[in-house]
Amino acid sequence: MSLATRDLPAPREGVMRRLSDPLVRHGRLLTLLLLVPPLLWLGLVYLGSLFVFLAQSVFSIDEFSGTIVREPTTATLLELFRPANYDIVLRTIGISSAVTMLCAVIAFPIAYYAARYAGPKVKAAFYLAVMMPLWSSYLVKVYGWKLLLAKEGAIGWFAGKLGLGGALEAWLALPLVGGPSLSVSYTGMVLTFTYLWLPFMILPVQAALERVPPHLIEAAGDLGASPGLVFRTVILPLAMPGVVAGAIFTFSLTLGDYIVPQIIGTSALVLGQAVYTLQGTAGNIPLAAAFSLVPILVMALFLTVAKRTGAFDAL
Amino acid sequence: MHAHAAPLATPAVRLAGVVRHFGAVRAVDGVDLAIAPGEFFAMLGPSGSGKTTCLRLIAGFEQPDAGHIEIFGDTVEGLPPYRRAVNTVFQDYALFPHLSVGDNVAYGLRVRGIGRSERDRLAGEALAMVKLGGMEARRPAQLSGGQRQRVALARALVVRPKVLLLDEPLGALDLKLREEMQSELKGLQRALGLTFVFVTHDQGEALSMADRVAVFNEGRIVQVGPPEAVYERPATRFVAGFVGSANVLDARQSQALGGPARPCSLRPEKILLLAPGAPGPDGAVLVAAEVTEVSYQGPVRRVSARTSEGLALTAAVPAGTTGIMAGATVRLAVPKDAVRPMEGEE
Amino acid sequence: MTRAPLSLKIAAIGGLAFLHVPLLFILLYCFTTEEKSYAFPPPGFTLKWFGVVWGRADIWAAVGLSLKVATIATVLALVLGTLAAGALARARFFGREPVSLLFVLPIALPGIVTGIALRQAFGLMEIPFSVWTIVLGHATFCIVVVYNNAVARLRRLSPSLIEASMDLGADAFQTFRLVVLPNIGTALLAGGMLAFALSFDEVIVTTFTAGQQSTLPIWMLSELIRPRQRPVTNVVAVLVILVTFLPILAAYYLTRHGEAVAGSGK
Repeated sequence: MSLATRDLPAPREGVMRRLSDPLVRHGRLLTLLLLVPPLLWLGLVYLGSLFVFLAQSVFSIDEFSGTIVREPTTATLLELFRPANYDIVLRTIGISSAVTMLCAVIAFPIAYYAARYAGPKVKAAFYLAVMMPLWSSYLVKVYGWKLLLAKEGAIGWFAGKLGLGGALEAWLALPLVGGPSLSVSYTGMVLTFTYLWLPFMILPVQAALERVPPHLIEAAGDLGASPGLVFRTVILPLAMPGVVAGAIFTFSLTLGDYIVPQIIGTSALVLGQAVYTLQGTAGNIPLAAAFSLVPILVMALFLTVAKRTGAFDAL
Repeated sequence: MHAHAAPLATPAVRLAGVVRHFGAVRAVDGVDLAIAPGEFFAMLGPSGSGKTTCLRLIAGFEQPDAGHIEIFGDTVEGLPPYRRAVNTVFQDYALFPHLSVGDNVAYGLRVRGIGRSERDRLAGEALAMVKLGGMEARRPAQLSGGQRQRVALARALVVRPKVLLLDEPLGALDLKLREEMQSELKGLQRALGLTFVFVTHDQGEALSMADRVAVFNEGRIVQVGPPEAVYERPATRFVAGFVGSANVLDARQSQALGGPARPCSLRPEKILLLAPGAPGPDGAVLVAAEVTEVSYQGPVRRVSARTSEGLALTAAVPAGTTGIMAGATVRLAVPKDAVRPMEGEE
Repeated sequence: MTRAPLSLKIAAIGGLAFLHVPLLFILLYCFTTEEKSYAFPPPGFTLKWFGVVWGRADIWAAVGLSLKVATIATVLALVLGTLAAGALARARFFGREPVSLLFVLPIALPGIVTGIALRQAFGLMEIPFSVWTIVLGHATFCIVVVYNNAVARLRRLSPSLIEASMDLGADAFQTFRLVVLPNIGTALLAGGMLAFALSFDEVIVTTFTAGQQSTLPIWMLSELIRPRQRPVTNVVAVLVILVTFLPILAAYYLTRHGEAVAGSGK
């Protein structure tokens, strides 16, 4: 046992080692130093520009010269309540709600199957099958639907071949959901949005369902509950946080989008388009800022409610 | 605080009035301590008693809010862990999962700028010392709990600490392995002549391995001394109950059993159960009591009884003593000197 | 494990099919001979569009710009996201919640708001559009992807490893280099790849921060609105799928043990 008798060289004293001392001694200092660069970036660059932009909602635009009048006024904000603008807000919220519900309905079986029945291999395959479209190019996906929905496109062709051409015509003849073709209708828009954001719903729902202990379901079954009752009283309530978490994504992403309605959709504006047009061709930055406040407020409200349901644990 | 024999030479570790609180919780609440060089020192206490925080204060993972810490006479409070001549064996071993066993052991040598071949040689030696020679290329994940423990030991010893700190090092091992490691650790400590400071909540472990034991409760040291002293003469009600088990007597009760007129402890195994008509040992106090419960515990039988004055006593008698039933009246003998005053209780 | 009811199986597989069929159609239309409409079924098949793409300088310029932007934005996001994760993984301090909210905000708020806000700021400060204005926008929402991956891994890293390293004589910087970095390396790589894919594909914020410059998604958007030689867009779309899918697959394999790949919107 000669170990204890020999001496080791001391570690080299260097600038780094001396710099390290106060960082280790004061954990808070280290935290602060780590935080400064990202906080400067996000706080200054991002929050700063966000604030400068949104603050302009209290300014107004001079109707003749088209220049911004830099005097605080509530006129611009009140303009949101004009019927034309108010309609835009309601229409967008309606579309977002429809997309969210459709996403939940399509996502649930996938998530449920993956969480409860799939073995490790199938589960991995499911996961990749969900991740691949999630991370595929947004524009590519929108474009894919443009192809499918076009009047001369695949959906119309298949409908014709299956003898459903009449049904498609009848659907398109309906008010509100219809239009000259699927690619210029709310139906097409909602389908495309649903497609785009579906993975954002599947992943949290699956995560929530995986946290439902299997013995809980078995216990409910042992107590004589029918599968339908087990589903309604045990599985659904426990999966709800996941659905709400997914809805945060599907709702907010639809709320702010302006590209899908531009490529697939009717001539009636949605929120994103309104903001886009106002800041661009119309040059009405104050009203664009006022409109931008809407999705932010809607999401803040949504998140406050979601927080109560425990959805953040499912994210 | 109790007076305890302060070692004559410069202590390996000295704590004076050390306080550390987390928020409103005073984890360490005024600890004074001197550990002699070459001593195997155990810090014993229930979880939350401040023993682990004390160890972390010595290692440098925590800094004291008040008080003074010395290692071989050098003041260390305010120094980071990498500037202290102590090393730690962690409860979860804390082996680096991305490094091989050999590189784990050589880590401390690497940061000291020692060359590859030299540190591989030293790491090999250290691994051989803990009987893991030839395991250098393995990953920590491929090792058993006992083997990981040895790697952690080799990794700490290879950088030649002046004091080795061990945080519940045997806690995660099964009973058999734990007993094996106890004697091995003890042997290693003797052979290296190193100061070991050992944190444990297991009183058996502390008593069997340590030269001296400090018993912690609620952030303070309630008693320090050699294992025999702590066991035989518990200073407080808490020590009497935590280190082994004891009958705790108030002044009147201990006087009745032949002790001094102050709070005392009485170990159950000191109480004798007399056969009918048999005389007690010289100077023993004899009492009649009604048995309330008997439980068999392997080497001993634990007999709970109540005297005619209403005093509940527990005696541990050889397991071979049969025929005692609840409800029976027995004669108990409390030998002279078995009732010991608790210095820390008034 | 019990067997799934048939209806559930059909619904699950149908849902997954829904996710993939449009991508297959994009592939199909790469080969169509019809270039003015989306007629189905395609009247004939040809490989000529691949040749056309190869010869189009505007596409390759856009690819080059996109790669450049994505690379710089990823590097910035890696540095800033790792720092943020290091600060927030374990520390408890007043204001921690709002700070972590701030990191998520760029993907939580609609891209169009971020985009216009940045454009306004550039206008106010008279910053001309350049590669850097695009990078600025991209890095802002890429930080959170790296942050999410790094923070998940850091939380699983036992704090006693860091203590053990310092105990054995390593200072804070040596500990970071020799212990922390090797243990979070794959998470950073995964986060970096996702950030790259996100940036390579971003169109909404870029619309406002690019000025006259054309990244690949901007090029595609203009093609979608003003179509000529439509199958060319399909060929590019397939290329984009490949370029973004490979890093995502790699990121999946790097992080599959235990943590999910952190998702994010655009």
